[in-house]
Amino acid sequence: MSFFQGLWAFVAGDARAERTVPPSGYSVWLVVFAAAAMTFLAVFVSALSQTTARVADLWSQELSRASTLRITADPDAMEAQVAAALKVLDTTPGIASVQVMTLAEQAALLEPWLGPDVPLELLNVPAMIDVVEDENGFDGAGLRARLAAEVPGAVYDDHTTWRAPLVRAAGQLRVTAALALVLILGALAAMVALAAQAALAANAQVISVLRLVGARDVYIARAFVRRFTLRTFAGAAVGAVVGMIVVALLPNDATSGGFLTAIGFQGLGWIMPVILPFVAGVIAFAATRAAALRMLRQQA
Amino acid sequence: MIELENVSFSYGGAEILSDVSLSLRPGSFHFLTGPSGAGKTTLLKLCYAALTPTQGTVRAFEAETATMDRDTLALTRRRVGVVHQDCQFLDHLTLSDNINLPLTVAGLEGDYAQNLADLMNWVGLRDQADQFPPSLSGGERQRAALARAVIMSPDVVLADEPTGNVDWEMSQRLVKLLVELNKMGKAILVCTHDLNLIRAAKALAPTRVLRLKGGKLISAGADL
Repeated sequence: MSFFQGLWAFVAGDARAERTVPPSGYSVWLVVFAAAAMTFLAVFVSALSQTTARVADLWSQELSRASTLRITADPDAMEAQVAAALKVLDTTPGIASVQVMTLAEQAALLEPWLGPDVPLELLNVPAMIDVVEDENGFDGAGLRARLAAEVPGAVYDDHTTWRAPLVRAAGQLRVTAALALVLILGALAAMVALAAQAALAANAQVISVLRLVGARDVYIARAFVRRFTLRTFAGAAVGAVVGMIVVALLPNDATSGGFLTAIGFQGLGWIMPVILPFVAGVIAFAATRAAALRMLRQQA
Repeated sequence: MIELENVSFSYGGAEILSDVSLSLRPGSFHFLTGPSGAGKTTLLKLCYAALTPTQGTVRAFEAETATMDRDTLALTRRRVGVVHQDCQFLDHLTLSDNINLPLTVAGLEGDYAQNLADLMNWVGLRDQADQFPPSLSGGERQRAALARAVIMSPDVVLADEPTGNVDWEMSQRLVKLLVELNKMGKAILVCTHDLNLIRAAKALAPTRVLRLKGGKLISAGADL
């Protein structure tokens, strides 16, 4: 029998064999509820995990080739300092582009902290120059040295000091999300196993009769395993669908220059919540079978 | 087919059976008597490996029951039909499903489909096929238990007080059923207090009567 034939036989079941075990009562519905709730949480954790991965990639890739030159000078000397800095940058190999930020762009950057309509022209704010390196990169230490000599008011910032902890934090968040996912699925396995054991204990008399007439342990276990696996799958499917709907309805605010990304799934990432019910089914199968066979051995 | 060799069985420090030897061969018919608590049911359970002896050896179909793996144990039980005093039915299944249960668990329903109909007629329960066990009388339940015990045509039939809950007329019918099975070559072992049952069976077939006393198994044929 091939794997798929075996799977189909398991899903289709044997109605007569199935009836040898009486309905499991409310414990089965607890399993359905637990599976739905756990899968719902797992969908959220998966969304969080994928989001942090995207954020980490964004921060790693987009900022790794960008740097900023901040020039502080008297208003009278500012224009000359900026011109000197641009000259240095123009003659530095490995720089793809430079762009002096306008007052409007600076105002937009400061708006979250200072509010709109800030009269920047009245304030002596530093000039900002965005620098993007080409694929070969440039010598940061050399640039710093030249700037120190030729543009004393310039401060070169390659974002390393704040980018690295953010990327590290995103990585840690991702690991934590993966751990949470493992814990959620582990808790689901434990709940299903406990419910299966409760059902087996409640059916001790049925098991005794089945043994009397020559039922093998796998036969007795099968009825419980199939029941709990299918109900877990059904509950997990409901939880996954609800989870996907809720995640899809979350605010999709990808503003702020792409630093923030929508929390949720993108592209192939949607495969994860789709496969979660199947993962839950496999976990329920393994947990119920192991619990049932262990308990049947102990009851002998 | 089933042999007990110098078997002892203790429970909670009390010795229930002591140095018991018994051989159930094809076509043999044994009655086992003794007072309540003498160990009749224990001996029966040892025969179908529901218990393992604390000393001695129980062999079923040439294999020692104490060392059988669990699958072999299940397959062995399919060759031994057991009638319990309390019948042990699954109350959520109909009578016909209960009688058919050994075939269901063995996956052999198709191969023995005619057996069920024949058996329901044989034990006179054709009209009760769709009823549930709690709605049946004691005699009907005992006959159904016997039908379930023999539906797979086992080599050995073990019955524990099969007439405990039935009237004399029904006892006679059960005895005739057991004798018919014995004449088919089945080994029969019946635990009972009912001396009239034993006498009735002796009139129909050669039987051997054993008594459990103080944990020992002794021949009691001369008493009857």
